[in-house]
Amino acid sequence: MKKSIFKNRFLPYLLIAPQLMIVVVFFFWPSFESLRLSVFKVSPFGDRQIFVGLENFHRLVTSPEYHRSVLHSFIFSGGVTFLGLAVSLFIAALANQKIRGLRFYRTGLLWTYGIAPPVSGIIWLFIFHPSYGLLPYLLSMVTPYEFNWLLKGWVALLLVIFAATWAHLGYNVAFFLAGLQTIPKSVIDAAKVDGASGFRLFRWITFPLLSPVTFFLFIMNMVFSFFETFGIIHAVTQGGPGDATTIMVYKTYLDGFVHMRMGLSAAQSVILMALVIFLTVLQFRYTERRVFY
Amino acid sequence: MGKTVFHSPPRSKKDWKKLIIHLLLILSICLIGFPLYYGFVVSTQSMEESIQKPQKLMPSNHLIENYTKVWKRIQMGQLLLNSLIVALGVSLGKIAISILSAFAIVYFNFRGKQLAFWAIFITLMLPVPVRIISTYQVVSYLGWINTYAGLTIPLIASATATFLFRQFYLTIPDELVDAAKIDGSGPLRFLWSILLPNSGANMAALFVVMFIYGWNQYLWPLMITSSDKMKVVVVGIASTVPTGTQLPEWNLVMAAAMMALLPPVLVVVLMQRWFVHGLIESEK
Repeated sequence: MKKSIFKNRFLPYLLIAPQLMIVVVFFFWPSFESLRLSVFKVSPFGDRQIFVGLENFHRLVTSPEYHRSVLHSFIFSGGVTFLGLAVSLFIAALANQKIRGLRFYRTGLLWTYGIAPPVSGIIWLFIFHPSYGLLPYLLSMVTPYEFNWLLKGWVALLLVIFAATWAHLGYNVAFFLAGLQTIPKSVIDAAKVDGASGFRLFRWITFPLLSPVTFFLFIMNMVFSFFETFGIIHAVTQGGPGDATTIMVYKTYLDGFVHMRMGLSAAQSVILMALVIFLTVLQFRYTERRVFY
Repeated sequence: MGKTVFHSPPRSKKDWKKLIIHLLLILSICLIGFPLYYGFVVSTQSMEESIQKPQKLMPSNHLIENYTKVWKRIQMGQLLLNSLIVALGVSLGKIAISILSAFAIVYFNFRGKQLAFWAIFITLMLPVPVRIISTYQVVSYLGWINTYAGLTIPLIASATATFLFRQFYLTIPDELVDAAKIDGSGPLRFLWSILLPNSGANMAALFVVMFIYGWNQYLWPLMITSSDKMKVVVVGIASTVPTGTQLPEWNLVMAAAMMALLPPVLVVVLMQRWFVHGLIESEK
């Protein structure tokens, strides 16, 4: 806490006003509006609103369609998170050695952070293309199985998982690298003196010491794959085939903007809000986030 | 000859280990880079080459032809300009309002400070997609559909940058404030000539992270723009993907994708030092 402060009656309000205004208009207002709409039934043109209590939530809880979107979300997010963390931890551990050309290597590993998820999706869409794609072609040489994402839901899920993981790899590697660098060299040296090396050193020393970073990245990857991957779904699979890749955010969009079921969509937003608040609280609770007074 | 064989065995074992690490790193980089390389290769081929089997993994000579063709077809110039405006608007706007609000929170005591702090803090919790439909209604109520204001300002409503600057201000020694007071300079003078000149690294770091955040937006621009003139590039290129009966011009799709991803990837590569710092600091 600062001890030396300026005294002024109006200036602080003036300074904080722009941010507060934006936060109130574009954060609090819409958030409360979502909460309010979630207990209303709205006519398709939005001109009539009827209070229906928890009916929207009831419809969601009893809808097999919604259950499937929840399931697909968790498969998708679990896949992106697990694959992303495993690959990036392996790579970061490699790049944390004292070797020549490290700057070059790190650039080669971090640049994917710049790729927009939908752009990544389009590139992977071509790699997975049933008629022209490289991957189905290579697989067709070893197996007669039809590796066609337009027909097989799991292939479509794999496609969007790959696209999302690829676009997010640079982010994960950056945090793992930063985490690895905070591990004191003395601890590693001490373990080496005791005879630990290679995999054992990693398994029993490095990995446990890295667990705060891993946990943080676990949460951030869940948040990313739940909320920031809409573009991949929309640009690549449009939720299909069937509803195999319809994740919760995409379904919220479909119901609100395509099917014009505003109340139902708002109820889904509220469930997503609860989920993201839960994840964030988990993160604040278990990682040292120094944002408190 | 025998002498070289026995030459310091522990060292050569270490060298082997290093060689393996180098090889594994190069392999990882190749694997990570492959989709980009492949996309680029396809963007230099004719349509027939891009859909032939077995696939050609070497560049061809249609690069300029493809890029100019798709540039004209989807009005790439306008798309890139719009993306640039959004990315700059989001990054610079966020930095500007955050510097001011963090300054107010750290250097002043005022009524409602705690409340203001928490109001800003809580925005960390809800990403835009979660409240997308209501935000759309608010923006359309304001008449901001198909405007740059509608595209950028709602994306500025989050607290990450404010906390970064707050963290940084707290590390500035109090003596500097005292000295400024003795010199008779007011708070704005202090902000302008002491704090800002020292915030360069933080501003650069935030700029990179926010520029990419702004450039790579998809859902929000998709909803808020209906006219082609206001579209951003990430949304615009999605429309080049051939469907059903259209010609499979994947070479053009890839050319468009390359142009859309080059600017943000260049920003990451060229500003890598600040990017890593910004990423870690703004998420902490």
